[in-house]
Amino acid sequence: MTAQQKALLQKLGPFIALLVVSAGLAVMSPDFLTVGNLLNVMRQVSINALIAFGMTLVILLGGIDLSVGSILALSSVFTAMLIANFGIDPVAATCIGVAAGAAMGAANGLIIAKGKVAPFIATLATMTILRGLSLQFSEGRPVTGLNSDFFSMLGGGYIANLIPIPVVGMLVMFGVFWFVLKKTVFGRHVYAVGGNEEASRLSGLSVDSVKIWVYTISGAMSAMAGIILTSRLNSAQPTAGAGYELDAIAAVVLGGTSLTGGRGWIFGTLVGALLIGVLSNGLNLLGVSSFYQLVVKGIVILLAVLMDRGGKK
Amino acid sequence: MQIRMHGINKAFGPVRVLEGVEFRLGAGEIHALMGENGAGKSTLMKILCGVYQADAGGIEVDDHPVHIRNTRDAEHLGIAIIHQELNLIPQLSVMENMFLGREPRRFGVIDTATMKKNCREYLKLLGTEQIDPECEAGLLSIGQQQMVEIAKALSLNAQVLIMDEPTAALTDREIELLFGIMTDLKNRGVGIVYVSHRMEEIFRICDKISVLRDGQFVGERRIVDTGFDEIVRMMVGREIGERFPTRSVTLGEERFRVEQLADEGQISDISFSVRAGEVLGVAGLMGAGRSEILKTLFGINRKTNGSVSLEGIPLNITKPHEAIAAGIGFVTEDRKSQGLVLSMSVRENITLTNLGGYARAGVVNGGAESRSVGKQIERLKIRTRDAELDVKSLSGGNQQKVVFAKWLEIAPKVLLLDEPTRGVDVGGKAEIYHIINELAGQGVAIVMVSSELPEVLAMSDRILVMHQGRQAGIFDAKTATQESIMAAAAGGQS
Repeated sequence: MTAQQKALLQKLGPFIALLVVSAGLAVMSPDFLTVGNLLNVMRQVSINALIAFGMTLVILLGGIDLSVGSILALSSVFTAMLIANFGIDPVAATCIGVAAGAAMGAANGLIIAKGKVAPFIATLATMTILRGLSLQFSEGRPVTGLNSDFFSMLGGGYIANLIPIPVVGMLVMFGVFWFVLKKTVFGRHVYAVGGNEEASRLSGLSVDSVKIWVYTISGAMSAMAGIILTSRLNSAQPTAGAGYELDAIAAVVLGGTSLTGGRGWIFGTLVGALLIGVLSNGLNLLGVSSFYQLVVKGIVILLAVLMDRGGKK
Repeated sequence: MQIRMHGINKAFGPVRVLEGVEFRLGAGEIHALMGENGAGKSTLMKILCGVYQADAGGIEVDDHPVHIRNTRDAEHLGIAIIHQELNLIPQLSVMENMFLGREPRRFGVIDTATMKKNCREYLKLLGTEQIDPECEAGLLSIGQQQMVEIAKALSLNAQVLIMDEPTAALTDREIELLFGIMTDLKNRGVGIVYVSHRMEEIFRICDKISVLRDGQFVGERRIVDTGFDEIVRMMVGREIGERFPTRSVTLGEERFRVEQLADEGQISDISFSVRAGEVLGVAGLMGAGRSEILKTLFGINRKTNGSVSLEGIPLNITKPHEAIAAGIGFVTEDRKSQGLVLSMSVRENITLTNLGGYARAGVVNGGAESRSVGKQIERLKIRTRDAELDVKSLSGGNQQKVVFAKWLEIAPKVLLLDEPTRGVDVGGKAEIYHIINELAGQGVAIVMVSSELPEVLAMSDRILVMHQGRQAGIFDAKTATQESIMAAAAGGQS
C-alpha cells in the first residue's frame, strides 16, 4: 500500500466506520434499515450537524467555540419572544433570530481576534453570559404561543411528503460549507490561518477578519439549529442546547479534523455527526439504556482519535 | 577513546537511509561530518548515541565491539550528543537540568547543596562560572544554554561529544567561546563530532572531515590535505560551478529610499537607497538590528521615525498587507514558523499572497491557479513530484524556493531577504543565488540580510553594515573585504 493510499484510507476511516456500524445494526435490528428510520436518524442528527459545520471552521482555525449551546438557547428565546410576545412576522423573526446568533458569534470573534483572548476562555465566558441572559429574558420558563404554520414547518415539515425539512437544511448547508472551504478565497484563508497564523499574517492575509467571520458563522449556525429545535418543540427552552458544544466537537474530531488547526474537511464532520446519530439510534433500537449509550459514545470517540494517532506515526 | 563504525545500514520502511557507512573518530580529534540535507548525518549520529539501532554493521570502541541499544548504553560508554534543538527544560534551573534523572540524594530527598556544588564545578571547567546554577534555564541565552548542555555532557564523563549544528544560533562572541572550549576538550582527549554546514568554521576548527552523500560514505580527508572545492564536490557528487554565480549588473533608477528609519528602540538613523536591479547586503553581528530593519520596513515592527519611499512615492506602512500592496515582499528568516504553512500543499503556499488574483467574487479559479503554480515550479526549478504534495515533504532548499515563488506571485518591486540560504545545503544555495540574480536582473530592488560574510560580499552590490542598532557605514562590495566589514560591524573605525 503506498503512502497516498494509506492517507486516503485514513481519511475515509470515519466513513468506513459509519458503514460498518450501520451494517452491524442492520443485521442486529430489522427496524434499522428502513427509509423511515434512516430519515428519522438524519433528522435527529441535523441539529448537531448544523452546529458542527460551524464548529469545523472554528476548529480548522485552531480555536474552539464552547458558547454554541448558549447561542442556540438565547437566539431561540429571542426568536420565540418576537413571534409570541411582539407579534412579529415569523419569517422576519426567524431571519432576525439567525442574525442575532451571528451577532453573538461576531462578539466572540471580536473578543478573540482584537482582545487576543484564548478562544477557550472567551467562549467559556460568553457561554455563561448568554445562558444567563436567555434565562433572564424568558424568566426561566419556556416561551410558548408560537402559532405559526411557517414556523412549525421548519422543524416538522417534509419535502415531497418524505424528506424532513431539517434534513434538507443540513444537506444544503453541507453543500455550502463544502463549496466555501474547497473553492473560495475565504475557505483557503481559514486553512492557512489555522495552519500558521504568523505566516498568514506575513503573507498579507487579514487574520483578524478571518477569525471574526468564522465565529460569526458558528453563531449563525447555532441559531439555525436553535430555530429548528424550537420549531420541533413548539416552544423555546432557555435551558436548551446545554452540552451541545461537546457533541459538535465530537462530530468534528470524529470526522478527522485536527484540533490543532489547519487540517480537516466538512465531509468528515457530516460523517462524524451521522456516526454519533446512528450509534444512539441503533443502541435505542437494541434497547440499551441511555446511560450505557453515553459510555459507548465516549469509547467510540476515544477509538477514533486513537486510530487517527496510530495512522500518523 | 576511539570509535569505529563500519558497514552501517539503516532503513526506515522502504527508504534506505544509510548503506555500508564507515566512520572513525580518534581521541582528541575534532571530526566534521558533512553532507547535504538528507545525506544521513543525523541518522548516523543517532545510531552512535543509541536513539536508533543499525540494521547491519557494528560499532567498536577501542577495538572492542559494543552494542548500543539505547541512549543509556551510550551514556555509559561516555558518548553524549548535543542536539541542534537544545533539550533543556526551560522552567527548571540549570542544575536541575544538568542532573535530571540522576539527582544526588540524601535521605531520599534531593540534595540541593551537593547538586549546586557539582554544577558549579562543571561550569567552571568550561570557564563559564558566571552562569548561576539556580537560574531558570529558559532565561539563559542560546549560547549559555549550549554551554550548560556541554557541562552536562562533561558531568556524564563523556569521552565523545557529538555536536549537531552548534553554532547555528550563536553570536560571534559565543562561537569564539565555544571554539575555545572545543579546543580545550580536544586537548584533554575528548573526541568531538562536529556536524555543520559552515565551511569556514570547519576549516578553522576541525582536524578531519568525513563526507556522506545519499546515505553512503564518500570519503575521509585530513583538513590540511583538502580544500573547499573538493569537499563540495564530494558532497554534491558533481561540479556545482561557481559557488557564487556572477551577474551582469545593469542598475536602473533609484527604486527604494529609506531615511532616518527608527523603530521602538532596536534601530535608529538608518538611511539607504536601493536602485532597480541592485542587491544591498546588510551585514552585522547577531543582535545588531539587521532583521529589525526589514521587519520595520515590512510593517511588522512599529516605525517611530523616518521616511520610506518607493519610486518616489512616500509610503506609510503599518501592516504587512500594506507593504505587500505597495509591492514589497519579505522572505523571512524562519521558514517554518513565518514563511510557510506546513499543513498546506506546495500550490496553496505559493498562491497564499495572491489568491484573490485567481478569484472572481471570492471563488477561486482552480485551473488558472494550477497553471500559474506549474509555471512557477518550472521557473524556480522547485523539485517536487506534484504541486499537491505537502510543502513539508520538500527539502530545505526547495521549501525556500516555494517561499520565493510565493513572493514572485505579487510581482515585487522590492524584495527583502532575511538569511535567504539558512538551513539550505550547498547545492540548494547555488540555486537560490541564481534566483536572486535573476530577480535583480529583472529589475527588482533587493535588500539582503545575511550572517555569512562570503555570501554578502559575493551577492551584493553595496553592503550596509550595522553596529548596535545603527549603521556603521555603507561599503562598495567590489572593494570591501571580510576584514573591513567585520571591523565596522564590531564598532571599529571603518
